[in-house]
Amino acid sequence: MSEAIRFILNGEEVTLKDFGPTETLLDYLRLKRRLTGTKEGCAEGDCGACTVLVGRLTEHGLRYESVNACIRFLGSLHGTHVVTVEHLAGRDGALHPVQQAMVDCHGSQCGFCTPGFVMSLYGLWLSNSAPSPAEIESALQGNLCRCTGYEPIVKAAAQVAANRPSSLFDPLERDRIQIMAKLWAIHSGNDTIVVEKAEANGVVRSIVPASVAAFADLLAEEPDATIVAGATDVGLWVTKQMRLLNPVIFINHLTELQSIEATEAGITIGAGVSYTQALGALAKEIPALGRLIDRIGGQQVRNMGTIGGNIANGSPIGDTPPPLIALGAELTLRTHAGRRTIPLEDYFIAYGRQDRLAGEFVERVFVPRPPEGSHFGVYKISKRRDEDISALCGAFNLALDAEGRVEKIRIAFGGMAGTPKRAKRVEEALLGQAWSWGVVSAVRDLFDEDYQPLTDWRATAEYRALAARNLLTRFFLETAGQSHELRRFEVEEA
Amino acid sequence: MDKSTFETKPVINGRMHASLKHDSAHKHVTGTAEYIDDIPEPAGTLHGGLGLSDRAHAEIVSIDLSAVKAAPGVVCVLTAEDIPGFNDVASTGQHDEPLLATREVQFHGQIIFAVIAETRDQARRAAKLAKIEYNDLPHWTDIDGARENGAPNVVEPMVLKRGEPETEIENAPLRVKGHMYIGGQEHFYLESHIAFAIPGEDDEVTVWSSTQHPSEVQHMVAHVLGVANNAVTVMTRRMGGGFGGKETQGNQFAALAAVAAKKLKRAVKFRPDRDEDMSVTGKRHDFRVDYDVAFDEEGRIHAVDATYAARCGFSADLSGPVTDRALFHADSSYFYPHVHLVSQPLKTHTVSNTAFRGFGGPQGMVGGERMIEEIAYAVGKDPLDIRKLNFYGQPGSGRTTTPYHQEVEDNVVARIVEELEASCDYQSRRRAILEFNANSPVIRKGIALTPVKFGISFTMTAYNQAGALVHIYNDGSIHLNHGGTEMGQGLYVKVAQVVADTFQVDIDRVKITATTTGKVPNTSATAASSGSDLNGMAAYDAARQIKERLIDFACRQWQVNRSQVEFLPNRLRIGGEIVPFDTFIRAAYYDRVQLSAAGFYKTPKIHWDRKAGRGRPFYYFAYGAAASEVSIDTLTGEYMVDRTDILHDVGKSLNPAIDIGQVEGAFVQGMGWLTTEELWWDASGRLRTHAPSTYKIPLASDRPKIFNVKLAEWAENAEPTIGRSKAVGEPPFMLAISVLEAISMAVASVADYAVCPRLDAPATPERVLMAVERLKARG
Repeated sequence: MSEAIRFILNGEEVTLKDFGPTETLLDYLRLKRRLTGTKEGCAEGDCGACTVLVGRLTEHGLRYESVNACIRFLGSLHGTHVVTVEHLAGRDGALHPVQQAMVDCHGSQCGFCTPGFVMSLYGLWLSNSAPSPAEIESALQGNLCRCTGYEPIVKAAAQVAANRPSSLFDPLERDRIQIMAKLWAIHSGNDTIVVEKAEANGVVRSIVPASVAAFADLLAEEPDATIVAGATDVGLWVTKQMRLLNPVIFINHLTELQSIEATEAGITIGAGVSYTQALGALAKEIPALGRLIDRIGGQQVRNMGTIGGNIANGSPIGDTPPPLIALGAELTLRTHAGRRTIPLEDYFIAYGRQDRLAGEFVERVFVPRPPEGSHFGVYKISKRRDEDISALCGAFNLALDAEGRVEKIRIAFGGMAGTPKRAKRVEEALLGQAWSWGVVSAVRDLFDEDYQPLTDWRATAEYRALAARNLLTRFFLETAGQSHELRRFEVEEA
Repeated sequence: MDKSTFETKPVINGRMHASLKHDSAHKHVTGTAEYIDDIPEPAGTLHGGLGLSDRAHAEIVSIDLSAVKAAPGVVCVLTAEDIPGFNDVASTGQHDEPLLATREVQFHGQIIFAVIAETRDQARRAAKLAKIEYNDLPHWTDIDGARENGAPNVVEPMVLKRGEPETEIENAPLRVKGHMYIGGQEHFYLESHIAFAIPGEDDEVTVWSSTQHPSEVQHMVAHVLGVANNAVTVMTRRMGGGFGGKETQGNQFAALAAVAAKKLKRAVKFRPDRDEDMSVTGKRHDFRVDYDVAFDEEGRIHAVDATYAARCGFSADLSGPVTDRALFHADSSYFYPHVHLVSQPLKTHTVSNTAFRGFGGPQGMVGGERMIEEIAYAVGKDPLDIRKLNFYGQPGSGRTTTPYHQEVEDNVVARIVEELEASCDYQSRRRAILEFNANSPVIRKGIALTPVKFGISFTMTAYNQAGALVHIYNDGSIHLNHGGTEMGQGLYVKVAQVVADTFQVDIDRVKITATTTGKVPNTSATAASSGSDLNGMAAYDAARQIKERLIDFACRQWQVNRSQVEFLPNRLRIGGEIVPFDTFIRAAYYDRVQLSAAGFYKTPKIHWDRKAGRGRPFYYFAYGAAASEVSIDTLTGEYMVDRTDILHDVGKSLNPAIDIGQVEGAFVQGMGWLTTEELWWDASGRLRTHAPSTYKIPLASDRPKIFNVKLAEWAENAEPTIGRSKAVGEPPFMLAISVLEAISMAVASVADYAVCPRLDAPATPERVLMAVERLKARG
């Protein structure tokens, strides 16, 4: 067992002990390291002013992703390369092409969001030399600017994409081999890490398990530990609710939990798979699901947040449970002693209560492949199209028999009840009926028996009830070959 | 020696009217631009946390702070008793806004006490430990609630009247009555409020404040400390956005930091968390407009009677001038032959609403444009035709008098609208949309072209003054300071261009320095779009004075007359001799020429009598127009902005690149206000949309998919402003009304355009769907 985490910060190797489990990367950068280029705009992962890149070793090599430093805990950084805006300009002070493009296009006004935009643009630039307008907007979904109206920033992104003057000017291209070697070296001492810090109320601990097996054992000993994968939800418990978490077990580095397997039967997604990782695989297998994931959070949140976390925290407005329930997904929970598999819908018992026993963690979710000829649709409604939380999210999975009657139907909604929940009354009424507008329009009102939604700041109960009906209409129209969805860009081939 | 002095180039870098980059652009992109939280902290710096009310309206029965005081790291807790001067930060002088609440709280989130601790985290945690007992009192948070409860006005309402509206409304052939709700708006500057105070000797204190109004912060800190204004120095280098939200709202944080710093003799910083910032600081006012408009079969307006009621919050703050400006813009761009307008600035148990880009003007105009829509649907015409029919006329037309009796002398709205209508192909696109809608069951489209006419000047005449300070050091480098603040709008670079242009030197010779009350006193807020008009002129005045002295010196030294002294780029021609600028300055220094001057400017011609509702509150008007096309989904109410074309009048632009940035940014911000940005209070009076997770400003993917923005190149201010430019900060915000109106047209399509959709703002997907349902039910 070791007592410190190790990572690389810009050009420097860092060994860190004596930090608390809820200390954020942003506070570390600004307060401890005086790297003040990274800004705090919201402290909840929604504005992107604190965007930095985190590089990690993957099966595809060293991969850099934009993340929100404000909700990224230090304990999750072991074996990574943290890159801040200070690392970007050349050693001679010359601006990086991404920075120069922002200057040339008048992409900054007040400048406070600008370092975050620069880092998001940089992340895009590193991974894509010819981004489409849709890809540029997707890369910027997690960055708010209140001054420019975004036009010059998008122009800068497009203008700089192909600008790569030489292999030496970019710090990450230049040092890639050395960085990889250093990260490999850090990972070679593969021990469970426990970092302790003495605080006023006692010792607090950050635990970085060496493996999933070690994680399972630790959780058996510490059933009250908080498990943190992406921290896109838990981060806010700390920054907004000021909750004290102790101990915290970090699992974002456990590649064993990050596999995606597609077979004839379906797709198995490890609990630690990030939205970004899932997006590629799911967009190919179940395109409607891919389009949904592109609307979850911003790029930074998709890079951090995990499918497992979205399920495990039991939120009634998580975006992945409704479609996964409609698809008949199964959840596998694991302890140090074994596993059990349950239908995903059974995991959600009531608001704030899930079927997760002491010492158990979500290991994976299996999504059956919709049979050939069946219909699947999922629709998210939010005030703002991107990077918003659902007012409601409805998913529909339909199979018709040879006579055009409803053979199987599963409908699930988020935002309509205290948990993600199936519309069983509507399903029953449709089962065995002809899939016709007459039948569909007649059952629409039965949603009132399935759901009694609430009024809150995202929508009124009346709107939710009406929109749920209309989403069934939308699904019906789609199955009839009439797509009437607003799309900003034509669908791109994956 | 500077090589540039020998250049013979024909123009300087950074002349007026050139498209220069923002002076801090390089620092922005490298993260080296310093905001207040980035300033290195002196040893022993302490941090403040806020203790907030969790009741909307209640009597405070008891406060137990023992757990707060005992919490780790806590150095002291400030309550009203610790305030050495006045417990009052009311910018109006009405004494209706305590810094720390004492016997009563009047909104959920009102500050009751402040914790000072070794770290910010400790201060925030400790602040949650207070035990406060309340005795709840009746509360209301919105306009209808205020009316039902007979709420008082926070200031005396304003009345504008011209002609015989009562009889003309009765006599007109057609008449529509209705009302409209217009939501408020959170500023969402990316940098939250912050103040950092360092105590000095005797009664002195220096405060770094993220404020648009350093002088007011200075005066307010002095007032709270009970010292003279001269003991307080306030510094502001830049803000991470302001938009009006830092005109008065920074006072409380600066005052708390200063009180704590003086009490503890240590540096103290207050930086509220985003959620606290959004709960504790004021926003754009929500309005309810009740209108009664009379017109003829053609759609020509005969008379208007309207009441503009506003959610002002618990105190006056700027609600008086905000609601006044709403009335000043209730006419939008239209001549009302007979008119009666009343404001109703209502007290509510919410945070006190404040300035926000447009300052009531947008709400006034949205109400005016709603009346145009009503008329259009009533007479069955394109709203654009009704707009054109009712535009103010040219001088001599008899259609130039505003409801406040100012004559519109510089009207270019018809020309702008005509040019935009042609350039964006409005007519054929509208026809195509009508055809599309006839054949599209779910998706519907709309298009609208709306004008902007915005009055420029503070309506409080005294605020229309500014000062500047210019030094030329003996090496020829120039130091520029003025009372305006930089919040991203590019004011600093524009004013530096004025100075560079006056001396004919490259702009990199001009050092732009942080705004401070120690250099230029008694400044006005950088607000009302007035920054470059006022400070540009003041800086010009300072530079001009020095230039006069330099010309006199050259005449003396070279024995030439004034016509033989010419400022060329980075050099002078004096008689037959060419002298580099810095050589010349050094010579002037040795001749004991004063190379420093304080400049001053006050806007001419303006005057305003609020009681009589008469005068000339505005020096001039800025104009513009926008055409927006949208698509809506009639199953869910979701929408997208497909295209926007803008033609805007900034006079002869001081810096077209900066001005285009203002126009684009203002439009998108205005679009957010009218679409996805919704403030929502729960039954207990608590604001639940208090962070970006719940309050949705536009993203890159919300901006118009096609976005064509042009400045009217032929434009020139009719008044002798700096370089004949016009103010640009606020006017383009209202171009976004085109989006609301386009959505409205798309909604109207479901009832064959026979009914005015009466779509309230913000037009969230929910409001759009509900309007669709309402129209379907009638159709």
